[in-house]
Amino acid sequence: MSHWAFVAAAYGIAVAGTLALLGASFAAMRRAEAEAEAMKGER
Amino acid sequence: MHIFANPARFLRLARPLTAWLGWSGGLLVVVALAGGLLLSPKDYLQGETVRIMYVHVPAAWLGMAGWAGLAAASLMQIVWRHPLAAVAARAIAVPGAVFTAICLATGSIWGRPTWGTWWEWDGRMTSMLVLLFLYFGYIALAEAEREKGGEGRLAAIFGLVGAVNLPVIHYSVLWWRSLHQGQSIGTSGSKIAGSMLWPLLAAAIGFTLLFAAIVLMRMRAALARQKVEARMRRLAA
Repeated sequence: MSHWAFVAAAYGIAVAGTLALLGASFAAMRRAEAEAEAMKGER
Repeated sequence: MHIFANPARFLRLARPLTAWLGWSGGLLVVVALAGGLLLSPKDYLQGETVRIMYVHVPAAWLGMAGWAGLAAASLMQIVWRHPLAAVAARAIAVPGAVFTAICLATGSIWGRPTWGTWWEWDGRMTSMLVLLFLYFGYIALAEAEREKGGEGRLAAIFGLVGAVNLPVIHYSVLWWRSLHQGQSIGTSGSKIAGSMLWPLLAAAIGFTLLFAAIVLMRMRAALARQKVEARMRRLAA
């Protein structure tokens, strides 16, 4: 098996894992801050 | 550190810092990985698989640095009862676990063509696996305490005790000579050629900036949720 297949698999896992973490954290932050902001407006 | 114990003051700083860390980290990672894939030479022994180093080493560093940060936050929570310390420790746990898992997966992929095996129960790999299980234990414990409305002191003690594993990981390649290579970068310098060292350092700094951005995002989400929960409790009273 070509060495490049192993390199591609390792980079794929690292990049996908980092992007998934970044995306999930960003979405959770936006959702929570929007909810807090909406609640502040309900006063 | 005491200055940032106030959530309002922390948020004023965290809001602009999150974007700055995220964009600069992302840019640095792209440059580093492109350099690692296209510009750095292949190794005379390992061939092209040496390029896995540019994602594996930063992931290993962040898995360990993550727990060091978690332990430091746990100490602040226990000793000074900082309101943000528990939030910070919980925010570090999931990214720390993800980067530890990435380290183990990429290390395993590197091991197959280099050593002829996906896994070996040697000191370095086993202690990194223990670190992943420690992260799982911390996440479960912190979540259980949060659901019960506790302060998370048990999780904080667990975070401190778990730090015992960090020197074991660091010195494992010296204590138990096995398949995993020894330390290449130390206080006395580096054994890595400059053409391979710059993408590695750039990737380590870039991923660290991204890690910091992710932790800030998770802290901001936790603080916003706390605010909503407090408001709901006031409305229900």
